[in-house]
Amino acid sequence: MATKRLTFNFPPHLIDQPVTYQLITEHKLKVNILRARITPREWGRLVVEISGSKKNLDAGLQFATDLGLDIKPLALDVQWNADKCIECTACSSVCPTGALSVERKEMHVLFDHEKCIACELCIPACPYEAMQISF
Amino acid sequence: MAKTIQEINEKIKKGKAVVYTAEEIIDVVKSKGAKKAAAEVDVVTTGTFAPMCSSGAYFNVGHSNPRTKLGGGTVTLNDIPVYTGFAAVDLFVGATAIPDDDPRNKIRPGKFPYGGGHLIEDLVAGKDVRLEARAYGTDCYPRRKLETWIRLEDMNEAVLFNIRNGYQNYNVAVNLSDRIIYTYMGILHPKLRNATYCSAGQLSPLLNDPLYRTIGMGTRIFLGGGVGYVVDRGTQHNPGVPRTDGGVPRMGAGTLAVTGDLKQMDARWLRGASFTGYGVTVAVGIGIPIPILDESILSHTAVTDKDIVAQVVDYSEAYPNCVPGSLGEVSYAELKSGSISVNGKKVPTAGLSSYNRAREVASILKNWIQEGTFSVTEPVAPLPSVDSGVKFKFMQERPILNNARVAVD
Repeated sequence: MATKRLTFNFPPHLIDQPVTYQLITEHKLKVNILRARITPREWGRLVVEISGSKKNLDAGLQFATDLGLDIKPLALDVQWNADKCIECTACSSVCPTGALSVERKEMHVLFDHEKCIACELCIPACPYEAMQISF
Repeated sequence: MAKTIQEINEKIKKGKAVVYTAEEIIDVVKSKGAKKAAAEVDVVTTGTFAPMCSSGAYFNVGHSNPRTKLGGGTVTLNDIPVYTGFAAVDLFVGATAIPDDDPRNKIRPGKFPYGGGHLIEDLVAGKDVRLEARAYGTDCYPRRKLETWIRLEDMNEAVLFNIRNGYQNYNVAVNLSDRIIYTYMGILHPKLRNATYCSAGQLSPLLNDPLYRTIGMGTRIFLGGGVGYVVDRGTQHNPGVPRTDGGVPRMGAGTLAVTGDLKQMDARWLRGASFTGYGVTVAVGIGIPIPILDESILSHTAVTDKDIVAQVVDYSEAYPNCVPGSLGEVSYAELKSGSISVNGKKVPTAGLSSYNRAREVASILKNWIQEGTFSVTEPVAPLPSVDSGVKFKFMQERPILNNARVAVD
């Protein structure tokens, strides 16, 4: 079993396609929709947690990519705005994965996209709106 | 080998002053010893950059034509209500003021996206803000409604005036309850899941002059990126708390009231801040130079994070209900390591005061002094110190019954 958290970006011409249905029925994937934004004639966005056997997952994602979906790992959608950050470190103790950490000697705040699971705990913890999430 | 302020200023004027930050001086004293270092060093610069709620600014916005008596009327700047109880066109805005239509904590936790702190930041950044006013109209000030864009440069005076800044030490906040709480010390997760602290520790101004020997009324300082002055002790100044052998208070103690011309400040050092579920405030950059007049003053500036301790306080029960006491004492070295031990549990720590920015303030101030553009000052009057008897009091409530007055017994 493999699980991924991904953002599916749908080009306007695919909005009326039942892509999720096909991922579930044809590729036997478990699709948990975390967020969705669908607007006629615009790019749609679906944030999903998707799991299944590695083979099915690879095939399913290949199918979606071939259809024209732009698929990105979820963490890319959480942004650390260095200009707004004052490096107070308030975010670091609420981050469950260590994606936000502090380089202890100099007390610099570091953000590692790879470790971010987009739990959003950092967003209300930052008084300076330095952490932003876009879906 | 005692030096005088005048001697130090002569050296500053000639560009020959020896200046270190409160962080750098630690190693200097370690390698040279306090006696030698005191003879060589002229000034140690401190710094802090943290949320400071009792901050505000006053403005004289100039007279409209026809004139409007804003005094006694209602005025908003970017929807933030400002205080108008002065003459015709003098206004005061506090950092925590929020728009009347902000939903506050109606749906918890409130976001508090914009308030007085952000307004001050926007003005300092040179942005246009919306002034909207209603006045009652008089013979000499007939106008009753005014709406205009206004910038800092359009105003006659724009002055930052903070009645309590630069707290000498502060609590470490934790949450012992089983629900998340939203405080001015940030979001505290249940059952000791995190701890927050708010001091620059070894760089913090009043922790480097713990007995207020050089910082006093009239001291020239770095304030919000410009030059400002210490006006007096700040509100809640409480010098009589328990101290370490080095004279450093073990909990919140002294405070400062400060002022400075907003027009020469920089938005990098005055940042509006939104505390989820709590409200709005402003982060203020303050740096204070400590003239090294003798060895004892120098020794105090060499204080390290290991020597400074703070009290761990529960913000779910103890703080709101004014229950005295502490869950334990921890040093800033421990706090900055990323975790402390409370009730036998390892608790991750996070700061609200930016140590990095504190270092930057101290080094900017150091540069100003080395360049000869900033001289040090002798206080006009000292701040109340340990034996002054000045003490922070809680309110003693006296119920008002049937409009009668009840005397204190």
